[in-house]
Amino acid sequence: MKSNIMTRDTVPPITLPSEKTLLDMFYYMKLTRELEFRIERKLYRQGRIVGGVYVGRGQEAIAVGGCVDLRQDDVVCPSHRDMGAYLIRGMSLRTILAQYMARKTGATQGKDGNMHMGDLSKGLIAFVSMLGDSVPVAMGIGLSFKMRRQDRVVLCFFGDGATSRGDWHEGVNMAAVSKVPVVFICNNNQYAYSTPLERQMAVENVADRAEAYGMPGEIVDGNDILEVWDSVTRAIQRARAGEGPTLIECKTFRMTGHSAHDDAGYVPPELFEFWEGRDPIKRFERFLMDRGVIARPAIEELEGRINREIDEAIQIAEKDPFPEPEDCLKDVYYEE
Amino acid sequence: MALTTYVEAIRQGIWEEMEKDESVFVLGEDVGIYGGAFKVTAGMLERFGEWRVIDTPISESGIVGAAIGAALMGMRPVAEMQFADFISCAFDQITNFAAKSRYRWGAGVPIVVRGPSGGGVHGGPFHSQNPEMYFVHTPGLKVVCPSTAYDAKGLIKAAIRDPDPVIYFEHKFLYRRVKEELPSDDFVVPIGKAAIRRKGSDMSVITYGAMVYVALDAAKELEKQGIDLEVIDLRSLLPFDKEAVLESVKKTNKVILLHEDTQIGGFAGELAAIISEEAFEYLDGPIRRITAPNTPVPYSPPLEEFFLPKVSDVVRVARELYAY
Repeated sequence: MKSNIMTRDTVPPITLPSEKTLLDMFYYMKLTRELEFRIERKLYRQGRIVGGVYVGRGQEAIAVGGCVDLRQDDVVCPSHRDMGAYLIRGMSLRTILAQYMARKTGATQGKDGNMHMGDLSKGLIAFVSMLGDSVPVAMGIGLSFKMRRQDRVVLCFFGDGATSRGDWHEGVNMAAVSKVPVVFICNNNQYAYSTPLERQMAVENVADRAEAYGMPGEIVDGNDILEVWDSVTRAIQRARAGEGPTLIECKTFRMTGHSAHDDAGYVPPELFEFWEGRDPIKRFERFLMDRGVIARPAIEELEGRINREIDEAIQIAEKDPFPEPEDCLKDVYYEE
Repeated sequence: MALTTYVEAIRQGIWEEMEKDESVFVLGEDVGIYGGAFKVTAGMLERFGEWRVIDTPISESGIVGAAIGAALMGMRPVAEMQFADFISCAFDQITNFAAKSRYRWGAGVPIVVRGPSGGGVHGGPFHSQNPEMYFVHTPGLKVVCPSTAYDAKGLIKAAIRDPDPVIYFEHKFLYRRVKEELPSDDFVVPIGKAAIRRKGSDMSVITYGAMVYVALDAAKELEKQGIDLEVIDLRSLLPFDKEAVLESVKKTNKVILLHEDTQIGGFAGELAAIISEEAFEYLDGPIRRITAPNTPVPYSPPLEEFFLPKVSDVVRVARELYAY
């Protein structure tokens, strides 16, 4: 019945990325973790952030593993827990922090907040709060590549909750029908706000849905960046070869509330404990050290560098100006 | 020279833009092999191929979302809603993704979403609606409602070339009833410009879509009674031609606002507010609205005839206002 649902037993053995990619993965996961820690646990609590905060603590391997080897001309539709995608695609820490602080120098010049950032020049499509909306949009991006015979791909990220929306189903189906070069990546963190998976869907896995749409579905350990990378790499190859979309379900856990104001009291503590033991960054750190790719002093140096980069960006962003009130009226339509 | 129907004018407009610009393509339900439920895209599949004339699943939200994605990558998609009524299924993609994209992150979404709206053909509650006001209320969108073959062609071309999302409501009652000789050159009707369909001195009727013809027929009848109507066809609702409206009201000093859409929250209410704010001292009588009642569009002929504003409604209200 689940003939095209691949699990670890059936996928080809993992090939390893280059050492440069391994180190990039480590840097971007650690940068994501520290940046979101500062935003959620420091700046937000100190009242220096405007509005809500949604982070992807514990899910860093998914966006980083998915995006690390993309080409410059590929496109990413991140969701609100995919900070790593923005960092890898080259959005600066200052731009991101200014966005959270509602400054004119933020990615939306103060027009929108938090993870609602986009930059076409970096192949980043801005997320909207209506979950799953970017799924048909990703289909259209892939369609444009196919129409112009370009071998570009689009990665489309979403959570398990988004797969309950009609737009998700319409977009995934259309992508399969037209065989467009999209990789659908679900970060299944088991909770949609306070609602657990079993109240969202009656199938066991999000990837089970791939069969219904006639595309390959694959389940990976979302806390193992090498598994994510391996699966996405193969899906990208398929997409570039004109073989159509793939649905990859990354099993993970949201190691925080839905947002910074949510204490996640509805999550059984033992679940947090279990997933803490599967922390994607600690696991990958052990892997890199065991293989001799990186040693303790270099890790400490990296951590120091990350802290300095974030400190500097916070200082600059906080001094950046707010938008002028009248900017409210600008850019509703194209202006000459 | 041959007469071109309103529906053929839309087809010509899209066709010419597709010939001129490779980034223009159409997508929607039954637009390919079948040529569209009303044949707006007839022959396009044969001419432009399956990657520029795309038959999609029945997924209005998916269709508009895909159009948005392609537009972000530099394409110029024209998405068909088989009936404008079905645009409700794509409401979120249009109002949240497309309309706000430029404002939020500077990414323009040059899509056209078009479809047949309006009643008079006994289509019932789901094949007769006038959904324009949902979108007129959404900053970031443009909304046009052509009434003539010339405008249908000129406005679809303008819509395709526009850098922002345009919702293009065709009126299905006019598809084959309205025809005229069209110039052979590459003309465009600018979005946001009204047209004076009949010059008059006693009062202004401000309207759009199929109601333009109701107003013109009423004007003929009223002329016999010595009442001289001016008929303004808005053509675009968002943005709309405020100057043309105010100029006409300042000249005639009396105004009737006429539309096929229902009354509460209809465009007439917005016009009335602007006229009273900006031309109050020119008015010699109350602003009068003639609209459909606040009901769904009914199916049975006597019900639908009751629902739609008629020539006799305009004649009656014009006489009352003339006597005021």
